[in-house]
Amino acid sequence: MTFAEAINQALGLAMAMDPGVVCYGLGADDPKAIFGTTMGLQDQFGPDRVFDMPTSENAMTGIGIGAALYGLRPIMTHQRLDFALLSMDQLVNNAAKWNYMFGGARSVPITIRMILGRGWGQGPTHSQNLQAWFAHIPGLKVVTPSTPEDAKGLLLASIFDPNPVVFLEHRWLHNAVGEVPEGDVRTPIGPARVARIGKDITVVAMSYLTVEALHAAKYLESRGVDCEVLDLRSLNPIDWSAIFASVDKTGRVLVLDPGAATGSVAGEIIARIAMERMPSLTVPPARLAMPDAPEPTSFGATKGLYIRAGNVAAKVLNILGHDAGDVFSKLPEPTPHDVPGAWFKGPF
Amino acid sequence: MSPELARALLFQMRRIRAVEEGIADRYPAGTMRCPVHLSIGQEAVAAAVGLALRRDDLAVSGHRAHAHYLAKGGNLPAMLAEIYGKLTGCCGGKGGSMHLIDESAGFMGSTAIVAGTVPIGVGLAYGMKLSGTDQVSCVFHGDAVVEAGVFFESASFAALKQLPVLFVCENNLYSVYSPLRVRQPAGRSIARMVEGLGVPAASGDGNDAAAVYEMTQEALAAMRAGGGPRFLEFSTYRWREHCGPAFDNDIGYRAETEFLEWKEKDPVVRFEKALRDGGLVRAGEKDEMDAAIERELGAAFEFAEDSPFPDPSAACSDVYATEIRPGPAPVVMGEQSWRQ
Repeated sequence: MTFAEAINQALGLAMAMDPGVVCYGLGADDPKAIFGTTMGLQDQFGPDRVFDMPTSENAMTGIGIGAALYGLRPIMTHQRLDFALLSMDQLVNNAAKWNYMFGGARSVPITIRMILGRGWGQGPTHSQNLQAWFAHIPGLKVVTPSTPEDAKGLLLASIFDPNPVVFLEHRWLHNAVGEVPEGDVRTPIGPARVARIGKDITVVAMSYLTVEALHAAKYLESRGVDCEVLDLRSLNPIDWSAIFASVDKTGRVLVLDPGAATGSVAGEIIARIAMERMPSLTVPPARLAMPDAPEPTSFGATKGLYIRAGNVAAKVLNILGHDAGDVFSKLPEPTPHDVPGAWFKGPF
Repeated sequence: MSPELARALLFQMRRIRAVEEGIADRYPAGTMRCPVHLSIGQEAVAAAVGLALRRDDLAVSGHRAHAHYLAKGGNLPAMLAEIYGKLTGCCGGKGGSMHLIDESAGFMGSTAIVAGTVPIGVGLAYGMKLSGTDQVSCVFHGDAVVEAGVFFESASFAALKQLPVLFVCENNLYSVYSPLRVRQPAGRSIARMVEGLGVPAASGDGNDAAAVYEMTQEALAAMRAGGGPRFLEFSTYRWREHCGPAFDNDIGYRAETEFLEWKEKDPVVRFEKALRDGGLVRAGEKDEMDAAIERELGAAFEFAEDSPFPDPSAACSDVYATEIRPGPAPVVMGEQSWRQ
C-alpha cells in the first residue's frame, strides 16, 4: 500500500483500539482527506472524533493539549509544517514542558503530524523543513518515516507514546508503495533502520533522502562502492549507537539532510561523530543539505536545487577519491525536476 | 446565601489573604527564589468561584494563581514548598510559583505565559463534552489575556462546539505597569466584545463576593444543562506590585489615590461586614477563623522551610515520561459517546 494509505490505516486502527484517540486538522474531513490520509475516518468514527478545525493553529494545539490532559490522545495535522509555526507557543511552552515543569505529574500524549512540502512551486512558505527546530526542544519527540511500513508503525508508536511527538511526513513520499504488516505493528521510536548493509561508507539519511540514498547505493555497486545506508527515522531521540557502530565500521560518513544546512540535524550528527569517533574516521565527515535560503517557486530557479540520487552518489565518489564518471548520466536529475514523479499534477 | 456557605466564603477569603501576606512578609528573606504574583485585593473572585465549582470541575490559571489554586482546594503546604523550590513542592521544585498543579483538587495547572492555559481549559472542556459528563472547565485569567490572539481562537472554538468552559476574567485594570487604556480601545467593554465572539458574557463587581458567587452559580447551572461556554468579567484591583511583595504606587504608573479608593472596597472587609450586619457570623467568629488560619499557615511555612531541596540531578529529570498516569478526570468513554 502507499505511504498515505499506511497512515490512514494507522489512524483507523488507533481510533478503533482506543476511544480516546481523536483526529483533527484543516481539511480533516474534506473530500481530499489530507492527501488521502484521513479518508473514511469521519464516516467510521463520527464528527466528534474526526473533525475539521478553524484556522486557529495555536489554540487548536492548546486544545489538543487540554484534551490530552483530560485523558484523550489527540492527533492534530498540519497540511504544511509552515502552518505549525503559528502554534509554537503551545507546542514548545506547554506540550514539550508540561511533564517537566509539573514535576512529572502528567505528560501530554499528543501527536502533531506535519507535512513537508517540496517542489511544484510550493515556494518559500510551503516548503520549509524545520525539523531541527523541533528536534532541538527537550520534551518533544520527532520522527520522520521513509517507508509505508514505518509510516504506519511510527504513527502508531507516536499516538500511544506518553510524550508529545512531532510526526514529519514528506509530501513526496505519500505515493510511495511498500509492504505493510497487518494489524497493530509499531515501530519503536528511537532506533534507526539499517536500510542497506555496507562497508565502504556510512550514509546517514532521513525522510525522502533515504529513498534517494538507496537509489544512489544501487548505482554505486556498479562503481565498486559498498554503501551502508542508515534510515534515521527518529530525530529526537537520535540513535547514536547505530550511527557510531556504522562509522566505526566504515570510517567514512555522509549525512543527508532535507533541511537547510546551518543549524541542521546533520550538523549535530557530524559534531558528535567528530567529538566522539574521531579515531575511527579516515576522511573528514561530510553532509549534503539544502542551501541556507528559502525555497524559490519558479521551475527555473529550482533546477538542480534538490538533493537527488545523482548528487548523493557523486558526493560519495568524491569522498572516496574517485572520478564522477557516469554518475550523472546513470542518475540524471529527473525531468521534470520539481515533482516526485510524472503522476504528480499538483496543485498541492 | 446560607450561613454555612457565607462562613466558608469568608474563611476562604481570609485564608487566601493570610497566605499571600505571609508570602509577602517572608519574601525579603530571599528564600523564596522565584517571581511571585500576589492576589492581595482580589480574593473574592477566587474564593467565590472556587466555592461554586465542584471538586470534579477542572481549573487552569496563569501567573497570578495562588488564590485560584487554594480556592479550588489545592494543597497549601505543597504550594508553599514549591515556591521555596523544595522537593516536596507540588512540582518537586521544578515549576515555582508560576507553575502550580494539584490534580486531586481539579487544579490542572497554571503557567507563566499570558493566555497560555486558555486553550488548555477549552481542551479539557472538549474532553468533558466528548465523555458526556456535566463537569465544567474553568479558565481563570486577567484583562490582558483577551488581547492575545489565542484567546480569540479559544473562545471561538468554545462557542463553535458549545463546550462547557467558564472564562473567569479578573479585570484589575493593569498588565504589569500598563493601564487598560494603552492596550484596549477606550469604551470597549471586554464582556461585550466576548459576547460578539459567541460566548454569553456578563460583568460584575469582583469585590462583592456574594455577587460573584451568584453570577458564577447561574453560569454553571446553564453550562451543566448543555448551555455551552460562559464568560464572566469581574472588576477588581491588585494592591501590591505586579510581581513581588511590595507596594509600588510611588513609582508613578498609577495614583495612590486610586489605590486608596480600591482599598476602601476591600473585598474581605466588605464581606465580613455584610455578614456581621446580616447576623450570619457572630462577633468573635472572625477571630476563631483567623486563629485556625494562623495555625494552618504556620505549620505550612514550617513544612516548606524544613523540606529538602531537590538534588541537582533533578535538573534533567522528567524531560520525558515513560508512562501515562491515570488522572482524576473521569474518563468516561462510554460506548454511546463514540458511535454515530
